[in-house]
Amino acid sequence: MEEEKFDVVVVGAGPAGLAAAYTLTKAGLQVLVFERGEYPGSKNVMGGILYRQPTEAVIPGFWKEAPVERPIVEQRVWMLTKDAAISLGYKSERLAQEPYNSFTVLRAKFDRWFAGKVEEAGAFILTDTVVEGLLRENGKVVGVRTGREDGDIRADVVIAADGVNSLIARDAGLHAELKPEHVALAVKEVIALPKEKIEDRFNLDPGQGATIELIGEATGRMLGTAFIYTNKESLSVGVGAITSEFVASGIKPYELIEQLKNHPAVRPLLVGGEVKEYMAHLIPEGGYKAIPKLYTDGLLVVGDAAMMVNSLHREGSNLALTSGMLAAEAVIKAKEKGDFSAQSLSLYQRLLQNSFVIKDLMKYKDATHYLEKHRELFTVYPEMMSDAAYEMFAVDSVPKGDKQKQIFKMIRGRRPLLRLARDLFDGWRAIS
Amino acid sequence: MTATIEDKLFTLKFKPDEHSHLEVISQETCRTKCGNRACTTFCPAQVYKWEEDRLMVSHENCLECGCCRIACPQRNIQWRYPRGGFGVTFRYG
Repeated sequence: MEEEKFDVVVVGAGPAGLAAAYTLTKAGLQVLVFERGEYPGSKNVMGGILYRQPTEAVIPGFWKEAPVERPIVEQRVWMLTKDAAISLGYKSERLAQEPYNSFTVLRAKFDRWFAGKVEEAGAFILTDTVVEGLLRENGKVVGVRTGREDGDIRADVVIAADGVNSLIARDAGLHAELKPEHVALAVKEVIALPKEKIEDRFNLDPGQGATIELIGEATGRMLGTAFIYTNKESLSVGVGAITSEFVASGIKPYELIEQLKNHPAVRPLLVGGEVKEYMAHLIPEGGYKAIPKLYTDGLLVVGDAAMMVNSLHREGSNLALTSGMLAAEAVIKAKEKGDFSAQSLSLYQRLLQNSFVIKDLMKYKDATHYLEKHRELFTVYPEMMSDAAYEMFAVDSVPKGDKQKQIFKMIRGRRPLLRLARDLFDGWRAIS
Repeated sequence: MTATIEDKLFTLKFKPDEHSHLEVISQETCRTKCGNRACTTFCPAQVYKWEEDRLMVSHENCLECGCCRIACPQRNIQWRYPRGGFGVTFRYG
């Protein structure tokens, strides 16, 4: 390939990269996207939930033709002990109405479709190509070096959308190596089940979907979460925890997911299922404090590469798509001025700060720290609630007054009331 | 019935490259400085196995998550992406 020049090179054809490429191409810029996998989505893993409104902000009406799985009408949270589950759930008819709030998706299907729309709009996507480094002149980023022969491509701006491991952002000096406390390791399985079985077991009308987030014993008591999501004809079942917790505990991720699948509250949901694929991925968990520098001369960082994940709300895809779109908007303005310096591209950061992306990440910046200091949420509290619930539900001729005394004695024994109040107060502070 | 890691890896499509994209920087460090050989437990694909006095690397099983690069207590793994088109290809993701 001759040394062509593009307006923008995007590294990575995941949600953030494709959102940027789509927005740029629609505005008339020449865009080249590099993807190291065989096809967009082939190296990507997500739970995963896609949120309709933020996605429509990038590509209106997408849900009418995109390969989404099921619209989510019910969300549940389960706190697991070794032998019990305490559950909280919300199901609403409003969520079951078009245009819907969210959908389950499978990355390999969705990203491939989205990439097709990006190409239709006029961008180029080159797969099977690893971007190995940045081209620089006078300290400015002027393009990328790829693994292909004659593989240097010049561009006014490079957008690093290369995921959580973001070697590009590191190469550019925007951040140091990731810390094990700032990422979670998650494993996932897609388990095939006939759609009627899914609908029966999850109490759904045909075509509707449900999600379950699980904590406590589900993560081997490590700081993390597990999930069960309904796809059209399969379930996405996964579990993750902060990487440093895996190192400290010695728990093997593939054994952890087996334990989850065999938990008495989970097992009946999976009976007869066939594991179609097992996968693993890292999830940014550091939140606001872990966000790297987002731009420099000729370079912007978006999505997971910029650590943009709101794990408390299990949101990442919407932050990725939105940051990709906002990065594109900043580049469009920069192109109008013919100025691709850091100063000019800093508009990206301002746009992010004015959006839910930075606002939400800032709101929850102390959440992970709180969870680290309050492991009882994953251990003592589920057990306490389980024992209290068991005592309440056991109808065994013990007078209710005695049962009540018993329950309070048990609670005070495990967690003094003052500590309990403090835990709640600290929790409230951490998310306000 | 409990599935093993081998069962799980069997569900995946891999195109292994001849050369490993993962390298132990110093086997000496593994032998002398590393206490718990954490890589042999946290790797979700069981790429790392300790055999007698060497750390063996089965790069063909790698799921390219990046955990080893970050979590090796000795920062002793040279980690790159496999060459374009090689490595794992998720069909579901």
